[in-house]
Amino acid sequence: MPHLYPALSAEQKKELSDIALRIVAPGKGILAADESVGSMAKRLSQIGVENTEENRRLYRQVLFTADDRVKKCIGGVIFFHETLYQKDDNGVLFVRTIQDKGIVVGIKVDKGVVPLAGTDGETTTQGLDGLSERCAQYKKDGADFAKWRCVLKISERTPSALAILENANVLARYASICQQNGIVPIVEPEILPDGDHDLKRCQYVTEKVLAAVYKALSDHHVYLEGTLLKPNMVTPGHACPIKYSPEEIAVATVTALRRTVPPAVPGVTFLSGGQSEEEASLNLNAINQCPLPRPWALTFSYGRALQASALNTWRGQRDNAGAATEEFIKRAEVNGLAAQGKYEGSGEDGGAAAQSLYVANHAY
Amino acid sequence: MAYQFPALTSEQKKELSEIAQCIVASGKGILAADESVGTMGSRLQRIKVENTEENRRQFREILFTVDDSISQSIGGVILFHETLYQKDSQGKLFRDILKKKGIVVGIKLDQGGAPLAGTNKETTIQGLDGLSERCAQYKKDGADFGKWRAVLKIDNQCPSHLAIQENANTLARYASICQQNGLVPIVEPEVIADGDHDMEHCQYVTEKVLAAVYKALNDHHVYLEGTLLKPNMVTAGHASTKKYTPEQVAMATVTALYRTVPAAVPGICFLSGGMSEEDATLNLNAINLCPLPKPWKLSFSYGRALQASALAAWGGKATNKKATQEAFMKRALANCQAAKGQYVHTGSSGAASTQSLFTACYTY
Repeated sequence: MPHLYPALSAEQKKELSDIALRIVAPGKGILAADESVGSMAKRLSQIGVENTEENRRLYRQVLFTADDRVKKCIGGVIFFHETLYQKDDNGVLFVRTIQDKGIVVGIKVDKGVVPLAGTDGETTTQGLDGLSERCAQYKKDGADFAKWRCVLKISERTPSALAILENANVLARYASICQQNGIVPIVEPEILPDGDHDLKRCQYVTEKVLAAVYKALSDHHVYLEGTLLKPNMVTPGHACPIKYSPEEIAVATVTALRRTVPPAVPGVTFLSGGQSEEEASLNLNAINQCPLPRPWALTFSYGRALQASALNTWRGQRDNAGAATEEFIKRAEVNGLAAQGKYEGSGEDGGAAAQSLYVANHAY
Repeated sequence: MAYQFPALTSEQKKELSEIAQCIVASGKGILAADESVGTMGSRLQRIKVENTEENRRQFREILFTVDDSISQSIGGVILFHETLYQKDSQGKLFRDILKKKGIVVGIKLDQGGAPLAGTNKETTIQGLDGLSERCAQYKKDGADFGKWRAVLKIDNQCPSHLAIQENANTLARYASICQQNGLVPIVEPEVIADGDHDMEHCQYVTEKVLAAVYKALNDHHVYLEGTLLKPNMVTAGHASTKKYTPEQVAMATVTALYRTVPAAVPGICFLSGGMSEEDATLNLNAINLCPLPKPWKLSFSYGRALQASALAAWGGKATNKKATQEAFMKRALANCQAAKGQYVHTGSSGAASTQSLFTACYTY
């Protein structure tokens, strides 16, 4: 290694780091509203609404017309390409409305998963071709951060070394290209909760995956202070018979992160995966109350866990729009509190039940 | 990755993490008194003392029989093999004297460098053969931590990819074997200061080396909470014409560390390399005052920087014992204060000159 060829100038670094810090400012997280046309089809069919561009526009309008209450709990919104160019009923670009609230605009840039031949159904993610030009255009059109989702799964023989290596590498290429274009890359190496594995297994796999991701980011000269991480929480598989408390999930999650995510990363914005709205909030809260030292912000980048109630309330009816927006604001505020460890629960399960299951000094 | 086969039990992990934390608690650091016979030869020659086993024993005796209050500044002492079995003039084993003071005993485990063919005179480190048996014996004989020094240099085409990979891998193998035998491994990937490169280049190289080291430790299933890191500070090469302040060294050093060292590592104990006693203390102090996130203890593992004055005061004469001990105690206290960011520089330069050179928000 004879010389260093700086990937970024001091000004570029400062811009990226400032954007990242704005997104994960204390009490703030991300609304992941970047569902592809295909994903929106599933969401809308569940409430009996036709998957048309207009309906998708109307639905996003419900979310984006939330009042100023969201300013203190939403730091960023991830858009899908189509939505970046849509307008509200008054002809105002959604991007503009969001920016005017002081919220950073983000854009999904990956192009979905493709199979890795010779593996047990594993995938990598495509989207690198022409990515630099796309990023430059998105930056002009108002986006300051991007998101790229890689997917890994736990089974008897997975994730394989190839899947880990390949996904880590593709994430690092994406991150490098984003930064060259003034866009903060959110790095998302999601390990799916499908399966019957226990919490320890998920923790082990999460540590291996994250170690590979950060080695790849280092190899690709990515400026960590100008990135965010969007990982899964460490949880048991959906079909695991053992039940764990939010505190156990919190300790396993924070331990995995402490062993792999350098402190230079300003924020970790968890995905909600298949968690219910309340579960996602309780877990995030427990994570922020975890006694282990946590040098990064620990917040949310939720899709379903922020929108489920809103979607259900809206059901495609304009008359329900106001009430639906309220549901969204409610979840946003709850998660803003959870991101500070200040959420006291909806009262159904009761704080006491959650506390009693804490396993002190459990060696992970 | 099919299954996880835990490398350590909960009890083993607990023991290792407690030892590590004990060594770096409350501003304590490490006395590196593990100079090999050859290295002691160079030290003794400078004060015109013959390099005999008795002379080496006498000097170490003076250091180790210092007042018990030394244990407020020194949490661990690294010994060379010979010294682990030496006694004071009353027949008490050095290792027992140290333990009685509450100081953790460590042992140098590597067996020196070996050339890497096909490189620009780069090296790897030997010592893995029979290492497990040696560790088990040392543990019985009172050691609770080990130390292994890998060396990388900055030069034309150096450090090469091979040198980085090979040294990271041997460090990880050594660390894994130590932990299996209840010894906390101090991981030392020294990027030596020889050369005329500037500080920025050293930072770049240090980041690459540390990223490789932590990937290797992860690959080898090393329990980070039961390790310590002993890195170089980030400085310009000895022959560089550029001068840097302690604050600049601190910023570059902490930046490199926070981009690569996971928060799970309990402590980072810097080597002093060729630094003067005062520079080693000033730099450590500035490091502890650096405004960046620092989730690990930042302390010292000094050889020359703790012993230079003591050695000069001793001159090989038993009558100089008191002066020798005072000189050593003074440096130990100074470095303990520096490890808490509380060192008050009483030299001619004065606090004012160190403050005025701080470059706020320097983008590294």
